[in-house]
Amino acid sequence: MTIHLDENTKVLVQGFTGQIGTFHSQEMIDYGTNIVGGVTPGKGGTTHLGRPVFNTMKEAVAATGADASIVFVPPPYAADSIMEAADAGIRFCVAITDGIPAHDMIRVKRYMRRYKKEKRMILTGPNCAGSISPEKCMMGIMPGHIYMRGPVGVIGRSGTLGYEAASQMKALGIGISTSIGIGGDPINGSSFRDHLEFFEQDPETKVVLMIGEIGGPQEAEAGQFAKENMSKPVLAYIAGLTAPKGRRMGHAGAIISAFGESAAEKVEILKECGVTIVPSPADFGPTVQEVLAKVS
Amino acid sequence: MNLHEYQAKKLFAEFGIPVPPGRPAHSISEALANASSVKGHGWVVKAQVHAGGRGKAGGVRIARDLEELEAIVRDMLGRRLVTRQSGPEGKPVNTVLIEATTEIERELYLALTVDRASRRVAIMASTEGGMDIEEVAASNPERIHTVTIDPLLGLQGYQCRRLAKALELRDGLDGELTRILRALYRLFMERDLSLVEINPLVVNGEGHLQALDAKINIDDNALYRQDDLAEWHDPTQEDPREAVAKRFDLNYVALDGDIGCMVNGAGLAMATMDIIKLHGGRPANFLDVGGGATADRVAEAFKIIVDTPELKAILVNIFGGIVRCDLIADGVVSAIREVGVPVPVVVRLEGTNVEQGLKIIEQSGLDIIAAEDLNDAAVKVVAAARGEQP
Repeated sequence: MTIHLDENTKVLVQGFTGQIGTFHSQEMIDYGTNIVGGVTPGKGGTTHLGRPVFNTMKEAVAATGADASIVFVPPPYAADSIMEAADAGIRFCVAITDGIPAHDMIRVKRYMRRYKKEKRMILTGPNCAGSISPEKCMMGIMPGHIYMRGPVGVIGRSGTLGYEAASQMKALGIGISTSIGIGGDPINGSSFRDHLEFFEQDPETKVVLMIGEIGGPQEAEAGQFAKENMSKPVLAYIAGLTAPKGRRMGHAGAIISAFGESAAEKVEILKECGVTIVPSPADFGPTVQEVLAKVS
Repeated sequence: MNLHEYQAKKLFAEFGIPVPPGRPAHSISEALANASSVKGHGWVVKAQVHAGGRGKAGGVRIARDLEELEAIVRDMLGRRLVTRQSGPEGKPVNTVLIEATTEIERELYLALTVDRASRRVAIMASTEGGMDIEEVAASNPERIHTVTIDPLLGLQGYQCRRLAKALELRDGLDGELTRILRALYRLFMERDLSLVEINPLVVNGEGHLQALDAKINIDDNALYRQDDLAEWHDPTQEDPREAVAKRFDLNYVALDGDIGCMVNGAGLAMATMDIIKLHGGRPANFLDVGGGATADRVAEAFKIIVDTPELKAILVNIFGGIVRCDLIADGVVSAIREVGVPVPVVVRLEGTNVEQGLKIIEQSGLDIIAAEDLNDAAVKVVAAARGEQP
């Protein structure tokens, strides 16, 4: 099993015909993702990469039965596209777009509350590399070949650091059930905690690795949730031990602005919650291996 | 993006938030002319720099007459002001704000921010104005009062009244606070702000509320739709290397170490700095060349890193992913040839075509040390920075 995406997931691409959308759609098709079509306003009725193009998400979902979407729409229009996906009945949405204004994301988060929790679209990102259930479905911009199937659930804020973890694990023969990118923005669609809940329910996932960083309260929240509700072991790495306070480290959300937001403080909080800390970014593989050995 | 206090106060005035009469000046003659048009019993001269802690660093001074004012402005303009937040080099003072002095009855604290926990705009208020709010948060957290605002409904009257009560305002001032809060919220939303901080908000000698200081941050992601605010950007307040990096769309933050870092992806870049530190080295910078690490961007990144004083070694850590490692290796080699890098360079490549990439580096004849993995890279670059032979 996996969470959120598998071989049966029917995916629409929002911002399908643009340069970035085209490149990554082809990569996803080559990986085996079931891309059923895409949306580019004004290009409805045409065909792109052998798939139908629609003007609106509503038409696209009606015609294809899609249940998931991936957003490559430029920042000024991305929040609108995410809300359009939710309105069209999409169940799982990956927002790749980097640079969406925080105020737009505040509106998106509020908009989603019009749906009951069970019916609410699961949004990951924005500003993420996407999600992958190896060998089944890739919705993202990651290099699919570095991921192998296995028992580790991964949730991360960073793209390339997630690749680093996946390739270290693969080198030791350890695979991944699903890897979820929640993105590097201050206001994101879903948090570590939200996905821990799904991994806890997933029979294939034996342990969960969180890849966090400085800024925001979400790692600490997840630690508390793991302590109270998780039977499966949780591991975490927090990037940014050397990051100075008050400076934005690349990601819009990677800034230490309050107590509990530095890497050292997050590590302490997570340790107290019983989360196993990956001590160095070179130790993703070995630490996951140790914890897995104890589980099986 | 940060605004100067005088720019923030200009926005305040536009939105009807009371500020003391004042005008910015860029020269002594302008300061003297402005002072005569700012009526009061004297003036406060405030250095305009992007760093807190100005008061204790001599960046806020009172002048009772024009002679004194001239001496203070002469002393401030053109100097670098070193505060506890400015870094050891300080920030250049190119502008001063000449303001009428204000009689202070009470000092309060008010801030609007994007609250990441509630994913909403939050207003924070405290009776402990004029102090470092982080100290208040640590020692007396119960003295900070917060309300969060529903983005669809906006700020409600009861929320304003609750904050007025928390600030222990006397009768009549709660209405004034409500007007200020509504104006601040409108400003925050219309101008895509990520932070407004008024510390202190004072009850002045006439018994009215007034914003004595003003700090504003604008969401960088929204600058495309706030053109006029984007024009207020003051590059002199940034590290010159950071200003260059911004022009080439590179994410760069200068630090105080001696090992330059070039990495693709923000998370991996932070992790690379961390592992250098774990091995006893000191990273000189954060630098994310972005997902599409092209030869051009790599060359620009090298130019910025080579500009680091006390640079002893450079670590290039690229997780190729979809970008091919042989292309990146070509970029690194040609960048080093073009820029002329005076220190050892350790390169770690991972991803598609990694073997071809490493071969290009080996055959380049340049002083490049290839690393097998992240750990190996950290060990080698720390050794190189200490002058040890690989």
